[in-house]
Amino acid sequence: MTASAPRPAAGPDVAPLGRMLWAQTWSELRIRWRIPAFSLTIVALPVLFFTFFGLPYAKHTLPDGTSLGAYLLASFAAYSVGSVMVFGFGIGVATERGLKVDVLMRATPLPPYIAILAKVLNALAYALLSLVILIGYGIVVGGIRQDLTVWLDMIVRLLAGSVPFIALGFAIGYLCGPNVAPAVANLVYLPLSFASGLFMPLSQLPGFVRGIAPYLPAYHYGQLGWSALGANTERLPVSLAWLTGYTLLFLAIAVRAYRQEESRKFG
Amino acid sequence: MLGPNGAGKTTSISLMLGLRQPTAGRARLFGLPPTDRRARSRCGVMLQESGTTSVLTVREIVDVFRVYYPAPLPAERALSMAGLTEQAGARVGTLSGGQRQRLYFALAICGDPDILFLDEPTVGMDVEARRAFTASIHTLSGTGKTIVFTTHYLREAEELARRIIVIDRGAVIADASPQELKARVPGKKITLVAGRPFAPGELDGLPARVLHVVGERASLLSNEPAAVLRELFRRGVDMVDLEVTGADLEEAFLALTRRSEDAA
Repeated sequence: MTASAPRPAAGPDVAPLGRMLWAQTWSELRIRWRIPAFSLTIVALPVLFFTFFGLPYAKHTLPDGTSLGAYLLASFAAYSVGSVMVFGFGIGVATERGLKVDVLMRATPLPPYIAILAKVLNALAYALLSLVILIGYGIVVGGIRQDLTVWLDMIVRLLAGSVPFIALGFAIGYLCGPNVAPAVANLVYLPLSFASGLFMPLSQLPGFVRGIAPYLPAYHYGQLGWSALGANTERLPVSLAWLTGYTLLFLAIAVRAYRQEESRKFG
Repeated sequence: MLGPNGAGKTTSISLMLGLRQPTAGRARLFGLPPTDRRARSRCGVMLQESGTTSVLTVREIVDVFRVYYPAPLPAERALSMAGLTEQAGARVGTLSGGQRQRLYFALAICGDPDILFLDEPTVGMDVEARRAFTASIHTLSGTGKTIVFTTHYLREAEELARRIIVIDRGAVIADASPQELKARVPGKKITLVAGRPFAPGELDGLPARVLHVVGERASLLSNEPAAVLRELFRRGVDMVDLEVTGADLEEAFLALTRRSEDAA
């Protein structure tokens, strides 16, 4: 069906993508901020966990001379960024699908990749906020001292390496409904973090956990945080290769689930 | 686009918007694939099965949508046309069903589109909202906008449309102006109760379509109720009760569909 109605003024055919991205990111930030269940947990939980599992050892040192406090702060920093990604995308995408926000958005001129990019920028902003609060807490309350460049290095490494958890979040968001997604995200992410040595050093964990840890994504992600302190136990390219592999795996699952829903909904 | 539930109205709209892919044939909007951003930038959409986030305010979400379009309406104008000026600061989650429907209308028009697709726009609107909506539709079509909307109310189609396409079970049954269509659809329904059960074939040969006959009760559709009654009296049918009403759409459709099946 064709309708011909000439545009009166010779304006642009389409709106600028940069403005769309900015407006979309800003509105995502506001949406997240107004859901206390999200904004509080992503900020408060890592601080809480660090208080229980990290603060008591803040003044200890590891055999290689690394501050155990800084090591654990790096562990929980990794946990924190991963949780923003897994919970933010997993629950966020599942909720939007539940509200059928995606149906209307598909009919607007907003390109899907701009919508996804806005979500990624939004998640990175919240991850950064969470890291600044957690590290600030470690410095002020735990008295953990490192050069500023070390902290900045850690933040950059963790944000840049968070891609596999974005992919995992998308996979959960497209596989689960809005009521199931929070449970699945917890059931996947908490044991994963624990078994990867993010809650306590691997040397403290049972033997069989130490055996499986090197195959888990959060273990290799933790290495990125520890590497900023020079306390990583595998070479950086090895960690990055594992993380890339997991990104591809989770993306494949997410794309498959997305396509299945697409053909069911829009045939 | 007029048709009973399940006729294929929403599917048609989805095909025109590129939300579904046709199994055969192709859809073009402004000569472009409907998924093309240039085509999308010129159309506004109101869908039945869709939602928006609940934590933004009405004004905020209208402002975000305006950025998607190259030459949007001022937000105040979109809100006032939708009758939402007073609710501008309210969170979407607090809106009533009718107000939410008006919000979807505001989102559809905020980009100042050349063509509007509205799928069952008045569902859930109260009388006043419906009146405001009708006025906005007339204003928009007066400024040269093309408006495609679906409904299953014949009256609504008559009131708002210049051209009505009747569809049923995925096929176009009629494509005409409201006046032509009205002439083709039996306009009156005759319900009567006779003194004794009707004999088989007793109602044949009347200028009417027999809807159903059960015992001494019968209902018929016709454009000439007076002629039908005259003929019934001439045949000596003894009537206990008689009612002549405007035919409702469901029955009118039935008549149209049967006619097309008879022809086939």
